[in-house]
Amino acid sequence: MQPSLFPAQVPQTYTVSKLTFLIRKLLEENESLQDVWALGEISNLSRPASGHVYFTLKDSNAALKSVMWKTSAARLNLALRDGMEVEVHGRIGVYEPQGQYQLYADQIRPVGEGALYQEFMRLKAQLEAEGLFDSERKRPIPELPRRIGLVTSATGAALRDILNTLRRRLPLVEVLLAPSPVQGVEAPPALVKAIQLLNYQLPNYELPDVIILARGGGSIEDLWAFNDERVVRAVAASKIPIISGVGHETDFTLCDFAADLRAPTPTAAAELATPITIQDLAATISNLNSLILTHALSVLSSKQSSLESLKSQLRYLSPTRLIQSESQRVDELSRRASSAAFNRIILESKQLEGTQKRLESLSPLAVLGRGYAVVTRKSDGSVVSRVAQASGEMKVRVSDGEFEVKKS
Amino acid sequence: MPKQSTKKTEKPVEELTYEEALAELEGIVEILEGEQGQLEEAIKLFERGQALAARCGVLLEAAQLKVKQVAGDDVSAFEEESE
Repeated sequence: MQPSLFPAQVPQTYTVSKLTFLIRKLLEENESLQDVWALGEISNLSRPASGHVYFTLKDSNAALKSVMWKTSAARLNLALRDGMEVEVHGRIGVYEPQGQYQLYADQIRPVGEGALYQEFMRLKAQLEAEGLFDSERKRPIPELPRRIGLVTSATGAALRDILNTLRRRLPLVEVLLAPSPVQGVEAPPALVKAIQLLNYQLPNYELPDVIILARGGGSIEDLWAFNDERVVRAVAASKIPIISGVGHETDFTLCDFAADLRAPTPTAAAELATPITIQDLAATISNLNSLILTHALSVLSSKQSSLESLKSQLRYLSPTRLIQSESQRVDELSRRASSAAFNRIILESKQLEGTQKRLESLSPLAVLGRGYAVVTRKSDGSVVSRVAQASGEMKVRVSDGEFEVKKS
Repeated sequence: MPKQSTKKTEKPVEELTYEEALAELEGIVEILEGEQGQLEEAIKLFERGQALAARCGVLLEAAQLKVKQVAGDDVSAFEEESE
């Protein structure tokens, strides 16, 4: 191999811009510097009218210029002060005009919260692995609860919000309040006890259909009882479905994961516990009422039409009709009978007439009209038809009378 | 003569809870939808249904959230702080 005429490294000249760009690239391509938590004390805090927040994060040995843009600053839920120990999340970048590397912050939390967060993640992973958060464990929330168990502080705004919401949506329900402190060391065991209390069959009392576990908004420490393992396990063990409504929309607690339903706020929890409102019920009643009217009318009209058809069947089968037809038959018969009788009479009378005529023609008296006479003996009334029979007094009958003669 | 009632003896509507009245009302709608009843029965059901609907309405109107406090075995009325 031939030795090179030039040294391996030739010092190169860069413009400041180019060099700064290379430095920036170096820092910004380092992933661990782009998602980092920095622990330190706030100093030189400045909040100009732009809304961006500038400060220096420092400890005993070093300082780190930091900036938080307006949009992230608006989401801060703690008031920054100089001297405050905080953990700041963000990315390391370079502000080229001043040749300055700095932390572009997007989250700030008080010191200690990091440890809490670690614990939160550890416990979450553990309980998740145990299956406490499995979706198959989630039970449906009853649509129309009669009794709602409530675990919250007896004095908190959450209770007032929930009761007002329930009163507005479904005042038919009965609320069983198992009050419990919701923050501080005494909160976790008290919350566990309250959940268990509502799960026990109380004398003369039916179990609630659903339980709301609630607490108003607060810092992550304030809400910490709802990340307590004992409380989370009690929520998972509840025989009665639980709706959690802890803190604000953005707060997630382990109880939320263990609950059957997570509501973003206590008010929302009360809404989710009453899917059917009193207005819905009133509408249902009025629908049912018109349904029964419709059905009753249709029963009535179907009965009416079958009545009509029965009536016409009855008319057809009625004895009146039978009687009418019988009487018609009688009429018919009698008509036939009388006409037969009449014919007979005519016939008979004709015959009679003929007979009479014949009889008349046969009568010996009829011959008398032609000049013949009938001679009878007066003594015995016998007819004299031969000369030898003529004797004594005799009667001679002619066409218009008789006279006597005497044989001389 | 024993009354031939297919259902359990009817409670007067005034004694029914909302849930009871609603359930019975729904039952009546179902029977009427079947349309195989006697006319007299249908009319009775209709009248009963109307009374039940009225009862439900009254109960909804009058409903007031009851809040009880549970402590140990003890259940007592909960006094809300006035705002």
